[in-house]
Amino acid sequence: MMTLLEQFQLWLASIWPDWAAYITPAIVGIVVVLIFVLVMVIVFIWFERRLLGRFQIRLGPNRLGPEGIFQPLATALKVLLKEDIVPTKADKLVHWLAPVIVFVPILLVFAVVPFGKGAIFTDLNVGIVYVVAISSISVVGIFMAGWASNNKYALIAALRTVAQMVSYELPVVMSILGVVLMVGSLSMTQIVDAQKIPFILLQPLGFIIFFLGAVAEMNRSPFDLLEADSEIVAGYHIEYSGMKFAMFYLGEYGHALAYSCIIATLFLSGWQGPLLPPIIWFVIKIIAVFFVIVWMRSTLPRLRVDQLMSFAWKGLLPMAVINLFIVAAEVLWLAESLLWVMVLVNIAVAGVLILLWSRLFTLGGGRVEV
Amino acid sequence: MKFERYGIGIAKGMVLTFRHLFRPPITVQYPEEKLVVSRRIRGNELVWFPDKCTGCATCAKSCPQGNIEIVTHVGSENNYVVDKFEIDTGRCMMCGLCVEACPYEALAMGLSYERAQYRRRQLVLSKEELQPSDIRQPSGYARPKIEATLPKQSLLVDWDREREEGGQKLSLVPLSKKRGRGV
Repeated sequence: MMTLLEQFQLWLASIWPDWAAYITPAIVGIVVVLIFVLVMVIVFIWFERRLLGRFQIRLGPNRLGPEGIFQPLATALKVLLKEDIVPTKADKLVHWLAPVIVFVPILLVFAVVPFGKGAIFTDLNVGIVYVVAISSISVVGIFMAGWASNNKYALIAALRTVAQMVSYELPVVMSILGVVLMVGSLSMTQIVDAQKIPFILLQPLGFIIFFLGAVAEMNRSPFDLLEADSEIVAGYHIEYSGMKFAMFYLGEYGHALAYSCIIATLFLSGWQGPLLPPIIWFVIKIIAVFFVIVWMRSTLPRLRVDQLMSFAWKGLLPMAVINLFIVAAEVLWLAESLLWVMVLVNIAVAGVLILLWSRLFTLGGGRVEV
Repeated sequence: MKFERYGIGIAKGMVLTFRHLFRPPITVQYPEEKLVVSRRIRGNELVWFPDKCTGCATCAKSCPQGNIEIVTHVGSENNYVVDKFEIDTGRCMMCGLCVEACPYEALAMGLSYERAQYRRRQLVLSKEELQPSDIRQPSGYARPKIEATLPKQSLLVDWDREREEGGQKLSLVPLSKKRGRGV
Protein backbone atom coordinates (compact mmCIF):
# COMPACT_ATOMS: atom_id res chain seq x y z
CA MET A 1 0.00 0.00 0.00
CA MET A 2 1.57 3.24 -1.15
CA THR A 3 0.87 6.54 0.49
CA LEU A 4 -0.59 9.38 -1.57
CA LEU A 5 2.71 11.25 -1.47
CA GLU A 6 4.57 8.25 -2.89
CA GLN A 7 2.06 7.97 -5.72
CA PHE A 8 2.49 11.69 -6.34
CA GLN A 9 6.25 11.20 -6.46
CA LEU A 10 5.95 8.35 -8.96
CA TRP A 11 3.70 10.43 -11.18
CA LEU A 12 6.06 13.40 -10.95
CA ALA A 13 9.03 11.22 -11.84
CA SER A 14 7.48 10.48 -15.22
CA ILE A 15 7.41 14.16 -16.21
CA TRP A 16 10.06 15.92 -14.08
CA PRO A 17 13.71 15.17 -13.45
CA ASP A 18 14.44 12.78 -10.58
CA TRP A 19 15.69 15.29 -8.03
CA ALA A 20 12.65 17.54 -8.44
CA ALA A 21 10.29 14.59 -8.19
CA TYR A 22 12.09 13.59 -5.01
CA ILE A 23 11.94 16.99 -3.32
CA THR A 24 8.53 18.35 -4.39
CA PRO A 25 6.26 15.79 -2.69
CA ALA A 26 8.13 16.28 0.57
CA ILE A 27 7.63 20.06 0.44
CA VAL A 28 3.96 19.65 -0.47
CA GLY A 29 3.50 17.22 2.43
CA ILE A 30 5.26 19.51 4.90
CA VAL A 31 3.16 22.49 3.85
CA VAL A 32 -0.10 20.53 4.10
CA VAL A 33 0.76 19.15 7.54
CA LEU A 34 1.92 22.57 8.74
CA ILE A 35 -1.32 24.20 7.58
CA PHE A 36 -3.32 21.46 9.28
CA VAL A 37 -1.41 21.93 12.53
CA LEU A 38 -1.67 25.73 12.58
CA VAL A 39 -5.36 25.79 11.67
CA MET A 40 -6.20 23.11 14.19
CA VAL A 41 -4.18 24.84 16.92
CA ILE A 42 -6.14 28.04 16.32
CA VAL A 43 -9.39 26.07 16.39
CA PHE A 44 -8.25 24.34 19.58
CA ILE A 45 -7.43 27.59 21.36
CA TRP A 46 -10.79 29.05 20.39
CA PHE A 47 -12.60 25.82 21.27
CA GLU A 48 -10.97 25.58 24.67
CA ARG A 49 -11.67 29.17 25.62
CA ARG A 50 -15.29 29.00 24.54
CA LEU A 51 -15.83 25.60 26.13
CA LEU A 52 -14.14 26.56 29.36
CA GLY A 53 -16.38 29.60 29.45
CA ARG A 54 -19.47 27.48 29.06
CA PHE A 55 -18.28 25.08 31.78
CA GLN A 56 -18.02 28.08 34.09
CA ILE A 57 -21.39 29.48 32.89
CA ARG A 58 -19.61 32.28 31.07
CA LEU A 59 -19.69 33.02 27.37
CA GLY A 60 -16.02 33.08 26.55
CA PRO A 61 -14.57 35.29 23.81
CA ASN A 62 -17.33 36.03 21.30
CA ARG A 63 -16.56 39.46 19.92
CA LEU A 64 -14.05 39.04 17.13
CA GLY A 65 -15.54 37.40 14.08
CA PRO A 66 -18.45 34.97 14.15
CA GLU A 67 -18.62 33.47 17.65
CA GLY A 68 -15.18 34.89 18.40
CA ILE A 69 -13.32 32.54 16.04
CA PHE A 70 -10.69 35.19 15.24
CA GLN A 71 -9.80 35.81 18.89
CA PRO A 72 -6.81 33.41 18.79
CA LEU A 73 -5.45 35.30 15.77
CA ALA A 74 -5.73 38.58 17.63
CA THR A 75 -4.06 37.03 20.67
CA ALA A 76 -1.27 35.65 18.49
CA LEU A 77 -0.76 39.04 16.88
CA LYS A 78 -0.64 40.72 20.27
CA VAL A 79 1.89 38.22 21.60
CA LEU A 80 4.08 38.53 18.51
CA LEU A 81 4.21 42.33 18.72
CA LYS A 82 5.31 42.34 22.35
CA GLU A 83 8.83 43.20 23.40
CA ASP A 84 11.19 40.25 23.58
CA ILE A 85 12.78 40.40 27.02
CA VAL A 86 15.82 38.33 27.98
CA PRO A 87 16.96 38.45 31.62
CA THR A 88 20.41 39.94 32.10
CA LYS A 89 21.89 36.88 33.77
CA ALA A 90 20.11 34.38 31.55
CA ASP A 91 22.01 31.87 29.47
CA LYS A 92 21.32 33.68 26.20
CA LEU A 93 21.90 30.84 23.74
CA VAL A 94 19.94 28.24 25.69
CA HIS A 95 17.21 30.76 26.41
CA TRP A 96 16.89 31.37 22.68
CA LEU A 97 17.07 27.70 21.73
CA ALA A 98 14.54 26.33 24.23
CA PRO A 99 11.27 27.36 22.51
CA VAL A 100 12.48 25.87 19.25
CA ILE A 101 13.35 22.57 20.89
CA VAL A 102 9.93 22.48 22.54
CA PHE A 103 8.06 23.17 19.34
CA VAL A 104 9.89 21.24 16.63
CA PRO A 105 9.43 17.69 18.03
CA ILE A 106 5.70 18.30 18.23
CA LEU A 107 5.62 19.14 14.54
CA LEU A 108 7.68 16.04 13.80
CA VAL A 109 5.05 13.83 15.45
CA PHE A 110 2.56 14.72 12.71
CA ALA A 111 4.77 13.01 10.14
CA VAL A 112 3.30 9.63 11.11
CA VAL A 113 -0.30 10.62 11.81
CA PRO A 114 -2.64 9.08 9.22
CA PHE A 115 -5.31 11.55 8.09
CA GLY A 116 -7.02 9.13 5.70
CA LYS A 117 -6.40 6.11 3.54
CA GLY A 118 -2.79 6.59 2.43
CA ALA A 119 -2.91 10.21 3.53
CA ILE A 120 0.12 10.08 5.77
CA PHE A 121 3.36 11.98 5.44
CA THR A 122 5.52 8.91 5.80
CA ASP A 123 4.36 5.44 6.73
CA LEU A 124 7.16 4.42 9.08
CA ASN A 125 7.12 0.77 10.05
CA VAL A 126 8.01 1.83 13.61
CA GLY A 127 5.57 4.72 13.66
CA ILE A 128 4.40 4.53 17.24
CA VAL A 129 7.92 4.09 18.60
CA TYR A 130 8.90 7.16 16.60
CA VAL A 131 6.05 9.10 18.24
CA VAL A 132 7.10 8.08 21.73
CA ALA A 133 10.76 8.85 21.03
CA ILE A 134 10.21 12.22 19.36
CA SER A 135 7.57 13.63 21.66
CA SER A 136 9.82 13.08 24.69
CA ILE A 137 12.42 15.46 23.29
CA SER A 138 10.31 18.52 24.06
CA VAL A 139 10.99 17.85 27.77
CA VAL A 140 14.60 18.79 27.09
CA GLY A 141 13.37 22.10 25.70
CA ILE A 142 11.28 22.77 28.79
CA PHE A 143 14.22 21.93 31.04
CA MET A 144 16.46 24.21 29.01
CA ALA A 145 13.91 27.01 29.33
CA GLY A 146 13.75 26.55 33.10
CA TRP A 147 17.50 26.41 33.45
CA ALA A 148 18.35 29.29 31.14
CA SER A 149 15.81 31.69 32.65
CA ASN A 150 17.94 31.94 35.81
CA ASN A 151 14.78 32.07 37.87
CA LYS A 152 13.97 29.90 40.85
CA TYR A 153 10.36 29.31 39.84
CA ALA A 154 11.35 28.37 36.33
CA LEU A 155 13.96 25.95 37.66
CA ILE A 156 11.46 24.33 40.03
CA ALA A 157 9.07 23.94 37.13
CA ALA A 158 11.79 22.42 34.98
CA LEU A 159 12.70 19.87 37.62
CA ARG A 160 9.05 19.01 38.14
CA THR A 161 8.63 18.49 34.42
CA VAL A 162 11.51 16.09 34.21
CA ALA A 163 10.22 14.05 37.13
CA GLN A 164 6.72 14.03 35.68
CA MET A 165 7.77 13.08 32.18
CA VAL A 166 10.06 10.29 33.30
CA SER A 167 7.28 8.85 35.45
CA TYR A 168 4.45 9.07 32.97
CA GLU A 169 6.42 7.86 29.97
CA LEU A 170 6.37 4.32 31.39
CA PRO A 171 2.61 3.74 31.73
CA VAL A 172 2.03 5.45 28.39
CA VAL A 173 4.43 3.12 26.59
CA MET A 174 3.05 0.10 28.46
CA SER A 175 -0.49 0.89 27.36
CA ILE A 176 0.66 1.42 23.79
CA LEU A 177 2.20 -2.07 23.93
CA GLY A 178 -1.27 -3.53 24.48
CA VAL A 179 -2.44 -2.00 21.21
CA VAL A 180 0.70 -3.11 19.42
CA LEU A 181 0.21 -6.68 20.66
CA MET A 182 -3.29 -6.78 19.21
CA VAL A 183 -2.31 -5.31 15.86
CA GLY A 184 1.00 -7.10 15.53
CA SER A 185 2.59 -4.04 13.96
CA LEU A 186 4.08 -0.71 14.98
CA SER A 187 2.98 1.10 11.83
CA MET A 188 0.29 3.72 12.34
CA THR A 189 -1.57 2.84 9.13
CA GLN A 190 -1.76 -0.80 10.11
CA ILE A 191 -2.96 0.13 13.60
CA VAL A 192 -5.83 2.03 11.99
CA ASP A 193 -6.55 -0.76 9.50
CA ALA A 194 -6.70 -3.34 12.28
CA GLN A 195 -9.45 -1.53 14.17
CA LYS A 196 -12.65 -3.18 12.97
CA ILE A 197 -14.07 -2.09 16.31
CA PRO A 198 -12.32 0.82 18.05
CA PHE A 199 -9.68 -0.28 20.56
CA ILE A 200 -11.33 1.84 23.23
CA LEU A 201 -13.84 -1.00 23.57
CA LEU A 202 -11.25 -3.75 23.36
CA GLN A 203 -8.90 -2.08 25.82
CA PRO A 204 -10.77 0.36 28.04
CA LEU A 205 -8.09 0.17 30.72
CA GLY A 206 -5.31 0.77 28.23
CA PHE A 207 -7.21 3.76 26.89
CA ILE A 208 -7.70 5.28 30.32
CA ILE A 209 -4.04 4.80 31.23
CA PHE A 210 -2.84 6.21 27.93
CA PHE A 211 -5.26 9.12 28.15
CA LEU A 212 -4.25 10.12 31.67
CA GLY A 213 -0.58 9.62 30.85
CA ALA A 214 -0.94 11.72 27.73
CA VAL A 215 -2.68 14.51 29.64
CA ALA A 216 0.18 14.42 32.14
CA GLU A 217 2.74 14.52 29.33
CA MET A 218 1.16 17.48 27.62
CA ASN A 219 1.17 19.24 31.02
CA ARG A 220 -2.46 20.06 31.15
CA SER A 221 -4.65 20.39 34.19
CA PRO A 222 -4.98 18.49 36.54
CA PHE A 223 -1.33 17.59 35.90
CA ASP A 224 -0.16 21.11 35.07
CA LEU A 225 2.31 21.24 37.91
CA LEU A 226 5.02 22.84 35.87
CA GLU A 227 3.01 25.98 35.18
CA ALA A 228 1.00 26.00 38.37
CA ASP A 229 0.03 29.66 38.51
CA SER A 230 -0.79 29.61 42.18
CA GLU A 231 2.48 28.00 43.24
CA ILE A 232 5.28 28.89 40.84
CA VAL A 233 3.73 31.80 38.93
CA ALA A 234 3.98 30.58 35.34
CA GLY A 235 6.63 27.90 35.61
CA TYR A 236 9.20 27.47 32.89
CA HIS A 237 8.00 30.29 30.63
CA ILE A 238 7.99 32.91 33.34
CA GLU A 239 10.91 34.79 31.76
CA TYR A 240 9.65 34.53 28.21
CA SER A 241 7.71 37.06 26.19
CA GLY A 242 6.97 37.95 22.62
CA MET A 243 7.76 35.47 19.87
CA LYS A 244 9.42 32.96 22.20
CA PHE A 245 6.40 32.84 24.47
CA ALA A 246 4.23 32.39 21.39
CA MET A 247 6.32 29.35 20.51
CA PHE A 248 5.69 27.86 23.95
CA TYR A 249 2.00 28.64 23.69
CA LEU A 250 1.81 27.12 20.24
CA GLY A 251 3.82 24.16 21.48
CA GLU A 252 1.42 23.58 24.35
CA TYR A 253 -1.60 23.42 22.11
CA GLY A 254 0.37 21.61 19.42
CA HIS A 255 1.21 19.00 22.02
CA ALA A 256 -2.46 18.67 22.91
CA LEU A 257 -3.30 18.37 19.23
CA ALA A 258 -0.57 15.78 18.64
CA TYR A 259 -1.71 13.62 21.53
CA SER A 260 -5.35 13.99 20.49
CA CYS A 261 -4.33 12.71 17.06
CA ILE A 262 -2.41 9.78 18.57
CA ILE A 263 -5.29 8.87 20.91
CA ALA A 264 -7.77 9.06 18.04
CA THR A 265 -5.51 6.89 15.91
CA LEU A 266 -4.67 4.30 18.53
CA PHE A 267 -7.97 3.89 20.32
CA LEU A 268 -10.77 5.52 18.31
CA SER A 269 -10.07 3.80 14.97
CA GLY A 270 -8.44 6.89 13.46
CA TRP A 271 -9.97 8.14 10.22
CA GLN A 272 -12.37 5.22 9.83
CA GLY A 273 -16.06 5.92 9.96
CA PRO A 274 -19.22 5.65 7.91
CA LEU A 275 -20.63 8.19 5.43
CA LEU A 276 -18.40 11.20 6.11
CA PRO A 277 -14.98 11.58 4.44
CA PRO A 278 -12.00 10.30 6.50
CA ILE A 279 -10.52 13.71 7.34
CA ILE A 280 -13.86 14.88 8.78
CA TRP A 281 -14.08 11.79 10.95
CA PHE A 282 -10.54 12.32 12.09
CA VAL A 283 -11.18 15.94 13.04
CA ILE A 284 -14.39 14.96 14.86
CA LYS A 285 -12.48 12.39 16.86
CA ILE A 286 -9.60 14.65 17.84
CA ILE A 287 -12.06 17.36 18.87
CA ALA A 288 -13.94 14.79 20.97
CA VAL A 289 -10.69 13.81 22.70
CA PHE A 290 -9.85 17.46 23.28
CA PHE A 291 -13.32 18.04 24.66
CA VAL A 292 -12.68 15.46 27.38
CA ILE A 293 -9.33 17.09 28.15
CA VAL A 294 -10.96 20.50 28.57
CA TRP A 295 -13.71 18.89 30.61
CA MET A 296 -11.11 17.44 32.98
CA ARG A 297 -9.36 20.78 33.16
CA SER A 298 -12.55 22.55 34.15
CA THR A 299 -13.39 19.98 36.82
CA LEU A 300 -10.39 18.54 38.58
CA PRO A 301 -8.08 20.44 40.93
CA ARG A 302 -4.33 20.29 40.45
CA LEU A 303 -2.47 17.37 42.02
CA ARG A 304 0.27 17.78 44.58
CA VAL A 305 3.77 16.72 43.52
CA ASP A 306 3.81 13.58 45.70
CA GLN A 307 0.27 12.70 44.60
CA LEU A 308 1.38 13.05 41.00
CA MET A 309 4.32 10.72 41.53
CA SER A 310 2.35 8.13 43.46
CA PHE A 311 -0.42 8.22 40.87
CA ALA A 312 2.09 7.34 38.16
CA TRP A 313 4.16 4.75 40.00
CA LYS A 314 1.59 3.13 42.27
CA GLY A 315 -1.47 3.63 40.13
CA LEU A 316 -0.94 3.75 36.41
CA LEU A 317 2.21 1.63 36.08
CA PRO A 318 0.98 -1.54 37.89
CA MET A 319 -2.34 -1.30 36.11
CA ALA A 320 -0.56 -0.92 32.77
CA VAL A 321 1.55 -4.00 33.48
CA ILE A 322 -1.51 -6.06 34.44
CA ASN A 323 -3.32 -4.77 31.35
CA LEU A 324 -0.38 -5.79 29.20
CA PHE A 325 -0.37 -9.34 30.61
CA ILE A 326 -4.12 -9.74 30.17
CA VAL A 327 -4.01 -8.51 26.59
CA ALA A 328 -1.06 -10.78 25.84
CA ALA A 329 -2.94 -13.77 27.26
CA GLU A 330 -6.03 -12.92 25.25
CA VAL A 331 -4.09 -12.50 22.04
CA LEU A 332 -2.34 -15.79 22.65
CA TRP A 333 -5.29 -18.00 23.63
CA LEU A 334 -8.50 -16.32 22.55
CA ALA A 335 -9.72 -16.98 19.01
CA GLU A 336 -10.34 -14.11 16.63
CA SER A 337 -14.04 -14.88 16.49
CA LEU A 338 -14.46 -14.23 20.20
CA LEU A 339 -13.80 -10.50 19.86
CA TRP A 340 -16.92 -9.47 21.74
CA VAL A 341 -16.10 -11.83 24.62
CA MET A 342 -12.79 -10.02 24.80
CA VAL A 343 -14.59 -6.67 24.93
CA LEU A 344 -16.76 -7.77 27.86
CA VAL A 345 -13.88 -9.38 29.75
CA ASN A 346 -11.69 -6.32 29.32
CA ILE A 347 -14.36 -3.88 30.41
CA ALA A 348 -15.01 -6.00 33.52
CA VAL A 349 -11.28 -6.21 34.25
CA ALA A 350 -10.93 -2.46 33.82
CA GLY A 351 -13.77 -1.78 36.23
CA VAL A 352 -12.44 -4.15 38.89
CA LEU A 353 -8.87 -2.86 38.62
CA ILE A 354 -9.93 0.78 38.83
CA LEU A 355 -12.03 0.01 41.91
CA LEU A 356 -9.15 -1.83 43.57
CA TRP A 357 -6.61 0.84 42.80
CA SER A 358 -8.77 3.81 43.69
CA ARG A 359 -8.74 2.51 47.27
CA LEU A 360 -5.05 3.42 47.36
CA PHE A 361 -5.61 7.08 46.70
CA THR A 362 -8.11 8.08 49.34
CA LEU A 363 -7.24 11.26 51.11
CA GLY A 364 -4.85 10.79 54.04
CA GLY A 365 -4.71 7.05 53.52
CA GLY A 366 -8.40 6.80 54.34
CA ARG A 367 -8.01 8.19 57.85
CA VAL A 368 -9.20 11.70 57.18
CA GLU A 369 -12.88 12.21 56.59
CA VAL A 370 -13.57 14.49 53.67
CA MET B 1 -21.79 -0.95 48.29
CA LYS B 2 -20.60 2.53 49.00
CA PHE B 3 -18.27 4.14 46.52
CA GLU B 4 -17.14 7.07 48.63
CA ARG B 5 -13.64 5.66 48.90
CA TYR B 6 -13.41 4.49 45.31
CA GLY B 7 -12.99 7.70 43.40
CA ILE B 8 -16.68 8.32 42.86
CA GLY B 9 -16.03 11.94 43.75
CA ILE B 10 -14.21 12.46 40.47
CA ALA B 11 -17.17 11.09 38.53
CA LYS B 12 -19.55 13.26 40.52
CA GLY B 13 -17.49 16.35 39.80
CA MET B 14 -17.30 15.55 36.11
CA VAL B 15 -21.07 15.14 35.93
CA LEU B 16 -21.55 18.43 37.76
CA THR B 17 -19.40 20.44 35.36
CA PHE B 18 -21.04 18.68 32.43
CA ARG B 19 -24.43 19.86 33.67
CA HIS B 20 -23.07 23.39 33.85
CA LEU B 21 -22.39 23.16 30.14
CA PHE B 22 -26.11 23.28 29.44
CA ARG B 23 -26.95 26.18 31.72
CA PRO B 24 -27.48 29.55 30.07
CA PRO B 25 -24.43 31.74 30.63
CA ILE B 26 -24.86 34.43 33.25
CA THR B 27 -22.67 36.92 31.40
CA VAL B 28 -24.30 40.28 30.78
CA GLN B 29 -22.89 41.65 27.56
CA TYR B 30 -22.88 45.17 28.79
CA PRO B 31 -23.31 47.71 26.04
CA GLU B 32 -25.93 45.54 24.32
CA GLU B 33 -27.53 44.00 27.37
CA LYS B 34 -28.29 45.89 30.56
CA LEU B 35 -29.82 44.77 33.78
CA VAL B 36 -32.60 46.70 35.46
CA VAL B 37 -30.93 48.68 38.22
CA SER B 38 -32.25 49.08 41.74
CA ARG B 39 -35.35 51.23 41.99
CA ARG B 40 -33.65 53.35 44.65
CA ILE B 41 -30.34 53.70 42.82
CA ARG B 42 -28.33 56.84 43.38
CA GLY B 43 -27.25 56.93 39.77
CA ASN B 44 -24.61 59.49 38.97
CA GLU B 45 -26.94 62.25 37.91
CA LEU B 46 -29.60 64.48 39.43
CA VAL B 47 -33.03 65.39 38.11
CA TRP B 48 -34.57 68.79 38.84
CA PHE B 49 -38.31 69.54 38.48
CA PRO B 50 -38.61 73.32 37.89
CA ASP B 51 -42.38 73.46 38.46
CA LYS B 52 -42.04 72.03 41.97
CA CYS B 53 -38.99 74.06 42.95
CA THR B 54 -39.63 77.11 45.15
CA GLY B 55 -36.07 78.33 45.11
CA CYS B 56 -35.67 77.85 48.89
CA ALA B 57 -32.02 76.70 48.46
CA THR B 58 -32.30 73.99 51.12
CA CYS B 59 -30.50 71.67 48.73
CA ALA B 60 -27.62 74.11 48.34
CA LYS B 61 -27.26 74.40 52.12
CA SER B 62 -27.36 70.64 52.66
CA CYS B 63 -24.68 69.91 50.09
CA PRO B 64 -21.44 68.99 51.89
CA GLN B 65 -19.31 70.22 49.01
CA GLY B 66 -21.31 73.27 48.09
CA ASN B 67 -21.78 72.04 44.56
CA ILE B 68 -25.21 73.53 44.01
CA GLU B 69 -25.29 77.12 42.91
CA ILE B 70 -28.73 78.74 43.04
CA VAL B 71 -29.58 82.35 42.21
CA THR B 72 -33.12 83.72 42.63
CA HIS B 73 -35.01 86.97 42.53
CA VAL B 74 -38.42 87.86 44.00
CA GLY B 75 -41.20 87.52 41.48
CA SER B 76 -44.55 89.28 41.01
CA GLU B 77 -46.47 87.02 43.43
CA ASN B 78 -43.93 87.46 46.21
CA ASN B 79 -42.30 84.15 45.22
CA TYR B 80 -38.78 83.20 44.31
CA VAL B 81 -38.00 82.89 40.61
CA VAL B 82 -35.00 80.68 39.96
CA ASP B 83 -32.50 82.42 37.68
CA LYS B 84 -29.68 79.98 37.92
CA PHE B 85 -29.59 76.42 39.17
CA GLU B 86 -26.24 74.75 38.53
CA ILE B 87 -24.84 71.53 39.88
CA ASP B 88 -21.15 70.71 39.49
CA THR B 89 -21.44 66.93 39.10
CA GLY B 90 -17.68 66.74 38.74
CA ARG B 91 -17.37 67.28 42.47
CA CYS B 92 -20.65 65.62 43.40
CA MET B 93 -20.24 62.39 45.35
CA MET B 94 -23.86 61.33 44.86
CA CYS B 95 -24.56 61.25 48.59
CA GLY B 96 -28.20 62.18 48.02
CA LEU B 97 -28.36 64.65 50.92
CA CYS B 98 -29.82 67.37 48.70
CA VAL B 99 -32.55 64.99 47.55
CA GLU B 100 -33.37 64.05 51.13
CA ALA B 101 -33.34 67.70 52.22
CA CYS B 102 -35.67 69.04 49.54
CA PRO B 103 -39.06 69.77 51.23
CA TYR B 104 -40.98 69.93 47.92
CA GLU B 105 -39.58 66.84 46.19
CA ALA B 106 -38.23 69.04 43.45
CA LEU B 107 -34.90 67.27 43.24
CA ALA B 108 -34.34 63.54 42.69
CA MET B 109 -31.46 61.19 41.99
CA GLY B 110 -31.37 59.79 38.44
CA LEU B 111 -31.63 56.26 37.13
CA SER B 112 -28.81 56.46 34.62
CA TYR B 113 -25.25 55.55 35.41
CA GLU B 114 -23.66 56.42 32.09
CA ARG B 115 -22.74 60.05 32.46
CA ALA B 116 -19.07 60.07 31.48
CA GLN B 117 -17.89 63.16 29.61
CA TYR B 118 -14.78 64.15 27.73
CA ARG B 119 -14.47 67.66 29.22
CA ARG B 120 -14.53 68.88 32.79
CA ARG B 121 -16.84 71.78 31.98
CA GLN B 122 -19.45 69.42 30.57
CA LEU B 123 -19.96 68.08 34.08
CA VAL B 124 -21.30 71.44 35.32
CA LEU B 125 -25.00 71.09 34.55
CA SER B 126 -27.30 74.07 33.95
CA LYS B 127 -30.96 74.13 34.89
CA GLU B 128 -32.03 73.21 31.36
CA GLU B 129 -29.84 70.11 31.39
CA LEU B 130 -31.06 69.04 34.80
CA GLN B 131 -34.72 68.83 33.87
CA PRO B 132 -36.29 65.39 33.38
CA SER B 133 -36.35 64.05 29.84
CA ASP B 134 -36.43 60.69 28.07
CA ILE B 135 -32.85 59.93 28.96
CA ARG B 136 -32.95 61.61 32.38
CA GLN B 137 -35.43 59.77 34.57
CA PRO B 138 -35.71 60.17 38.35
CA SER B 139 -35.01 57.19 40.60
CA GLY B 140 -36.97 56.25 43.71
CA TYR B 141 -34.24 57.33 46.15
CA ALA B 142 -36.05 59.03 49.06
CA ARG B 143 -39.04 59.34 46.71
CA PRO B 144 -41.49 56.50 47.52
CA LYS B 145 -44.06 57.73 44.99
CA ILE B 146 -41.58 57.49 42.12
CA GLU B 147 -40.27 54.21 43.44
CA ALA B 148 -43.70 52.61 43.20
CA THR B 149 -43.84 53.30 39.46
CA LEU B 150 -40.44 51.81 38.57
CA PRO B 151 -39.77 48.21 37.48
CA LYS B 152 -38.12 45.84 39.95
CA GLN B 153 -34.40 45.27 39.85
CA SER B 154 -33.25 42.18 37.95
CA LEU B 155 -31.08 40.05 40.19
CA LEU B 156 -29.89 36.55 39.50
CA VAL B 157 -30.23 35.48 43.13
CA ASP B 158 -33.90 36.35 43.23
CA TRP B 159 -34.78 34.30 40.19
CA ASP B 160 -36.70 31.17 41.18
CA ARG B 161 -36.27 28.67 38.39
CA GLU B 162 -39.10 26.34 39.40
CA ARG B 163 -41.75 29.01 39.74
CA GLU B 164 -40.23 31.36 37.16
CA GLU B 165 -40.73 34.36 39.37
CA GLY B 166 -38.98 36.71 41.76
CA GLY B 167 -36.27 38.94 40.38
CA GLN B 168 -35.98 38.69 36.64
CA LYS B 169 -34.65 36.16 34.22
CA LEU B 170 -31.26 37.37 33.21
CA SER B 171 -31.83 36.94 29.52
CA LEU B 172 -34.44 39.71 29.39
CA VAL B 173 -33.08 43.19 29.09
CA PRO B 174 -35.89 45.59 29.83
CA LEU B 175 -33.90 48.76 30.53
CA SER B 176 -34.79 50.73 27.45
CA LYS B 177 -32.13 51.67 24.96
CA LYS B 178 -33.28 55.26 25.06
CA ARG B 179 -32.68 55.57 28.75
CA GLY B 180 -29.45 53.62 28.64
CA ARG B 181 -27.67 55.63 25.99
CA GLY B 182 -26.21 58.51 27.93
CA VAL B 183 -24.74 61.80 26.72
